[in-house]
Amino acid sequence: MTIEELEQIAKSVQQENAKYDFEVNVCMDLACASQGAGALKDALVKAAEASGKKVLVRRTGCMGPCSNGPLVRVDPEETLYHHVKAEKAEAIVDCLGGSPVPELQCDLNEHFDKQVRVVLENAGYIDPERIDDYIAHDGYKALLTVLTEMTPNGVVHRITESGLRGRGGGGYPTGLKWGTVAKAKGDVKYVVCNGDEGDPGAFMDRSVMEGDPHRVIEGMAIAAYAVGASKGFIYVRAEYPVAVSRLTTALREARRHGLLGNNICNTPFNFDVEIRLGAGAFVCGEETALIASIEGKRGTPKPRPPYPASSGLWGKPTLINNVETYANIAPIVRNGGKWFHDMGSERSKGTKVFALTGKIANTGLVEVPMGIKLREIIEVIGGGVPGGHKFKAVQTGGPSGGCIPEEMLDVGVSYDALVKMGSIMGSGGMIVMDDTSCMVNVARFFIEFCMTESCGKCIPCRAGTAQMYTLLTRICTGAGTMDDLALLEGLCTTVKETSLCGLGQTAPNPVLSTLKYFRNEYIEHILHKRCPAGVCNMEAAVEVVA
Amino acid sequence: MRKNGFARHALIETLHTVQSSFGFLDDDAIRFVALSLRVPLSQAYGVATFYHYFTLKPPGKHTVTVCAGTACYIKGADKLIATAEKRLGVAQGQTTPDGQISLMTARCVGACSRAPVVLCDGEVVGEITREQMLEQLERWAVE
Repeated sequence: MTIEELEQIAKSVQQENAKYDFEVNVCMDLACASQGAGALKDALVKAAEASGKKVLVRRTGCMGPCSNGPLVRVDPEETLYHHVKAEKAEAIVDCLGGSPVPELQCDLNEHFDKQVRVVLENAGYIDPERIDDYIAHDGYKALLTVLTEMTPNGVVHRITESGLRGRGGGGYPTGLKWGTVAKAKGDVKYVVCNGDEGDPGAFMDRSVMEGDPHRVIEGMAIAAYAVGASKGFIYVRAEYPVAVSRLTTALREARRHGLLGNNICNTPFNFDVEIRLGAGAFVCGEETALIASIEGKRGTPKPRPPYPASSGLWGKPTLINNVETYANIAPIVRNGGKWFHDMGSERSKGTKVFALTGKIANTGLVEVPMGIKLREIIEVIGGGVPGGHKFKAVQTGGPSGGCIPEEMLDVGVSYDALVKMGSIMGSGGMIVMDDTSCMVNVARFFIEFCMTESCGKCIPCRAGTAQMYTLLTRICTGAGTMDDLALLEGLCTTVKETSLCGLGQTAPNPVLSTLKYFRNEYIEHILHKRCPAGVCNMEAAVEVVA
Repeated sequence: MRKNGFARHALIETLHTVQSSFGFLDDDAIRFVALSLRVPLSQAYGVATFYHYFTLKPPGKHTVTVCAGTACYIKGADKLIATAEKRLGVAQGQTTPDGQISLMTARCVGACSRAPVVLCDGEVVGEITREQMLEQLERWAVE
């Protein structure tokens, strides 16, 4: 495959598409599919055939506002229809070329206007199982440019210049990581893609792997060239069977087109990727545990250093990045480091995909420039809290993150700002809670999660989280005392400071942040045996007091 | 196993294949896998018990999996679990004595935007209500 051949493919796809007057794109992501997008697509194909119009019906990845699904977008007009049922297929096809079906049209301009799409640029525009569609949207152009025109050093430099930071949560500068692995000594190196999206409430990695799998593969191939690796692994959760099958198809297609394998683009560069399945362990998102899991062992973390960059998979230098990080690589190479650097806030560059869920009107995936205010994400893009309830907190960063109260909503989103507020960026889950959620109970939920997910290797995490859970349960059932609260706070610090890996070090975050911002709720539970949100069952305790 | 060249590091892949064929991992299967891949039985057993996805008990004819991820929790997944436990008379992770229905929980299936989510025999049902879930359980129970 050469750049000329790539352009030829892109051209033929465009010619093929030009034969059609209309394109009807149907979102077939998990959320829409669970509401009957499959039957809808079949109905649209049938209706299109019957109408005699020149219509291309295409399945696509996630379009974003999942709560409005199933979604259909008609091009070239870019009309977006929401809550489309299969029986509406004929109406949609009938209205092509005329005015849109009024009752299905949705007005989400505000939702989309604030967004900047880099990672999700193809989401909703390409068929994830057709490599030609990806190529027509500038796919693999970056890889071939890199192979023919840039030195590995030049690639690392461009990524460093962009200011991209790891999207898995830690926010480590990607360029620096690549540079370290590139400099590490060894003939054999590996690149690994972390697709073990363990944070409950985050699903952007699944969406990218399912909706635009080639983007991840291209990012990995560029990384492999930059660091001098010839073998890659994608580690995917077994809970994501569709992602696994889409990636498998994508890898096969890429090999068939000579974009993976030996002597890619007639250069000496060889690279291939294997998929590895996770088996349900949150801790495997931690890089040393992930490596153990790829090696076929129990996913327990190891003390660092040595870092995987010098001694990772089978003791070889290994580059590990998250799915979203790799998804950013091709656009950075195509548009230059400066382009990316110009977006975002001072120390957090570019855009970030967030999964908005919980008590919010527009649940789904959004991609926004860093530095945007939390309030804008929740109230404008997310459409606010529905049902007349009052916003209480937004939880970011999964079980390792914290709860942010309303008074902090005017802070711009960045890695550092979130840490300052007692939370973390994490992989980008944002769970909105309203006045019907009890913060003590939420903290207990997360500690229970960390307790069960603790691998058991180090004691602070294994025993500490269990003790914290017991204390929180006492408070939730009305049996807690002020001494329990003091003990809980002490334990948080101990677990945070002495645990081996990220899981334990961040496990107390939900407790610490709720204690910081919602301390009165704890006090209510303990002194007045009352749950302000009415979630916790305190009857047993009241009887004792009476 | 042949597909992965009998590589020792393909232990998890192999166990996945076994589980998808038989529905669970029994002693014989784990022993056979360990022997064939030349890994110590302790390691094979360790891996099989470490990861939540592997189960050592045979599942029921039908499986209802309630997602217990954060978004689902906020939208009342705990109540769904309690309802199902009460109806089936078993705790989560167990199967009814007649072998009809297994009640499981999941850590997040990635359909958070449609929370709360329940998997009925692997099929995602979003924004499910207690009544809808009970209806499904009744249908399975009388089969």
